[in-house]
Amino acid sequence: MWAAFTPFFTGWCRLMGDPILLESPAVKLTGVPGVNMSQELLVEIRDLNFTYDGRPILTGINMTIPRGKVVAVMGSSGCGKTTTLRLIGGQLKPTSGEVRVGGQVVHELDSDGLYNLRRRMGMLFQFGALFTDMSVYDNIAFQMREHTDLPEALIRDLVMMKLHAVGLRGAHTLMPAELSGGMARRVALARAIALDPMLIMYDEPFAGLDPISLSIVGELIRKLTDALGASSIVVTHDVQESLKIVDYVYFVSEGKIVAEGTAEEMKHSEVPYVHQFVWGEADGPVPFQYPSRPYGEELMEGAVRRG
Amino acid sequence: MRALSRLGRQFTGRIWRLGYASRFFLAILLYSGTSLRRLHLTVREVYFTGVLSLIIILVSGLFVGMVLGLQGYDTLQRYGSTEALGVLVSLSLVRELGPVVSALLFASRAGSAITAEIGMMKATEQLSAMEMMAVDPIARVVAPRFWGGVISMPLLAALFSAMGIFGGYLVGVQLIGVDEGSFWSQMQASVDFREDILNGVIKSFVFGIIVSWVAVFEGYDAEPTAEGVSGATTRTVVTSSLAILAADFILTAFMFTGT
Repeated sequence: MWAAFTPFFTGWCRLMGDPILLESPAVKLTGVPGVNMSQELLVEIRDLNFTYDGRPILTGINMTIPRGKVVAVMGSSGCGKTTTLRLIGGQLKPTSGEVRVGGQVVHELDSDGLYNLRRRMGMLFQFGALFTDMSVYDNIAFQMREHTDLPEALIRDLVMMKLHAVGLRGAHTLMPAELSGGMARRVALARAIALDPMLIMYDEPFAGLDPISLSIVGELIRKLTDALGASSIVVTHDVQESLKIVDYVYFVSEGKIVAEGTAEEMKHSEVPYVHQFVWGEADGPVPFQYPSRPYGEELMEGAVRRG
Repeated sequence: MRALSRLGRQFTGRIWRLGYASRFFLAILLYSGTSLRRLHLTVREVYFTGVLSLIIILVSGLFVGMVLGLQGYDTLQRYGSTEALGVLVSLSLVRELGPVVSALLFASRAGSAITAEIGMMKATEQLSAMEMMAVDPIARVVAPRFWGGVISMPLLAALFSAMGIFGGYLVGVQLIGVDEGSFWSQMQASVDFREDILNGVIKSFVFGIIVSWVAVFEGYDAEPTAEGVSGATTRTVVTSSLAILAADFILTAFMFTGT
């Protein structure tokens, strides 16, 4: 039993050493310098293409996610970011190309192999996706009960550790409906790290949060990644918050990678799409106007119709 | 020509969906191990689908029995055989009305709730989250709900019939004044355990499978939007009600022909 229990403590001593996690000076939060993308790779995506109903969603995607790093995939809504996560998690199969996680080609795994791989992954869904019929405590204990034979007393300690890490130990009896958006996201984060995964995927973790919750979730992503020695993939369109915490960024537009680099490089990028995105400009390569006929032509047509 | 091709598309679409539903049914059976190994998951669903449906089933059963008592007495007195009221009420209930009406009520009360719950779990990505946690939603969410419904249905039908007989007794014996001894003794003498009661139980078991299957399938296959879940809930009630009535005819034809 101890052998099963030991892995749960990986990285936690460091994390739990500081009771006020959010004020810990141990982890630098701004752009981590010196990223070497040739380090040991946890996720490799090669020439990935994905089409749905004959419509190309992703075209020629190449990405690498090193161990222990936070990598962001950014782009406007509908550009294929979430699809990329689903391909990494094996929920979708690529049309061509491959996704390797921990050296295994995800789409070649059978269902047992895929489930074994997923046990070492954690995923934070856009709005938390907490199980609404379970309390906060049971949500976090869910995976431990499903995948381990740990006694309930140990599970309780582990759940409290995870909740303490996200600052919500006192909320363990609440139901998901009683949580605010930010709290739900933090509980979902605690659930995502329940089995100390090697890879944590975040689907729009900042969507719809107030500035305080935004900052808390951002800091937690960075600190938990460092404490667990895991890799994180953050799919987001929140530039300001994510550039504070990520090591490397891929910009996706219309299913293709249009730019990549460190957070600092992206802030000073001259690529028009990246510039428009980072600085939030209303018009640019992503036009303000939905494609339509020339405005003058439309006005003239109206005038002719009115006589 | 275009109308013809649209008709063909709709037809093949329905056939495809029927095939998908059949494969889904097989998957439920294959992944039922969890429901049996961890019985508390199924027992919890028996509570939600069965115990929480008790009020509507018992009250409906009582009123259906009371109406049967009134209508039966009115008809039987024309032939001077009001003592047979107990037989009429009990046979009507255990053979037909008990299984069929309770299945229709079960489809509206519990079937729609199962569909809405699974549909909302899909819409809020709870099923995807479960998959990403390496837990199969068919084994963990769908199969316990299916078996919960299958177990609940015959019990509810039995309670419906029992309550209906009590309603018939209240109206026939206590209100109208039919002889109590005749009411019960004729019922006891005429109702056969295998021919009547067991066949009624088999019917309600089949209806339980139909309602639970339709309910979990519609929920799992629902469009993950509010409109999609609402449509799936409506489809559950309509499809399972029609399927219950059709299956009732087929089962009755096999069970009671020539008896």
